Amino acid sequence: MSVLIFFIAAIGTLGAAIGVIALQKPFYSVLALAAHLVLLAALFLLLRAEWVAFAQVVVYAGAVMVLYIFVVQYVGDEASPLGQAPGRPVTFAAFACGIALVSELFVAVLGTGLKAVATDGAPYTPGFGTPGQIGTLLLTRFLAPFEIASYLLLVAAVGAVLLARRRRGLADGIEDDAPRISVAELLGPRPAGTGTMHEAGGSVSVADR
Amino acid sequence: MSIAWYLAVSALLFVIGAGGVLIRRNPLVILLCLEMMLNAANLALVGFSRMWGNGDGQIFALIVMVVAACEVTVGLGLVVAIHRRRLPIDVDEMRELQG
Repeated sequence: MSVLIFFIAAIGTLGAAIGVIALQKPFYSVLALAAHLVLLAALFLLLRAEWVAFAQVVVYAGAVMVLYIFVVQYVGDEASPLGQAPGRPVTFAAFACGIALVSELFVAVLGTGLKAVATDGAPYTPGFGTPGQIGTLLLTRFLAPFEIASYLLLVAAVGAVLLARRRRGLADGIEDDAPRISVAELLGPRPAGTGTMHEAGGSVSVADR
Repeated sequence: MSIAWYLAVSALLFVIGAGGVLIRRNPLVILLCLEMMLNAANLALVGFSRMWGNGDGQIFALIVMVVAACEVTVGLGLVVAIHRRRLPIDVDEMRELQG
């Protein structure tokens, strides 16, 4: 049974991966990647990695793919051709590099000295890959990577907001620098109608200034 | 199924992703292909974790997922910034930094 599930999931995930790079419209590529991720989660389940499979479906196939679809719809979904022109040298070079890389990886996998690669893996212990085991590992042995990952997520979120924020003058295709605010401006009275606390409290009305 | 089968699937996925990065010109699709390559590495990590009967590889895979999420966030932010400047969404056109 597990052999059947493996082949269904493996062929499906490889087919969806080819779909990602072969489909013309980015929207269909995103949908193919979502299918690829769900089928990959099935492979993770076969490898007894329950929690990784769960995170894969919820975080990747759920959240990240929704983010992708938002951006694809925002940017516009024009089809992009697979290469610049038929017979584009880069495309041929890409195929040649791909074939070289896959043969190299297969030689590495099949010619490895690791005897256990040809087995089904170590004897299955109860609780392997469950949320309990992963949580224990994350909070004991891997506490430092866990904490650093949270800082990484924070920096990435702030960076993405900074990158994608609205800048002035974009309608003309001209990019202005961010407005410079001097210390004197900060200390002096603010311009009317900019939402100061005094205005909000009603002690200064906009019309007074 | 022996672990070698999973490693073979992982190698094929990695190569498909690498080929996609080389032949596609839309940065969105290139980001998708990067995701695929990271997932191929995840599959190999989880496979080795099963091989040793040890959870460490799965922790690696989870951390890789976090890094991939960060990469996607910044990459999509760049795509949105490119779009706002009315520049073409095409990596072959964006070559100002090319030496």
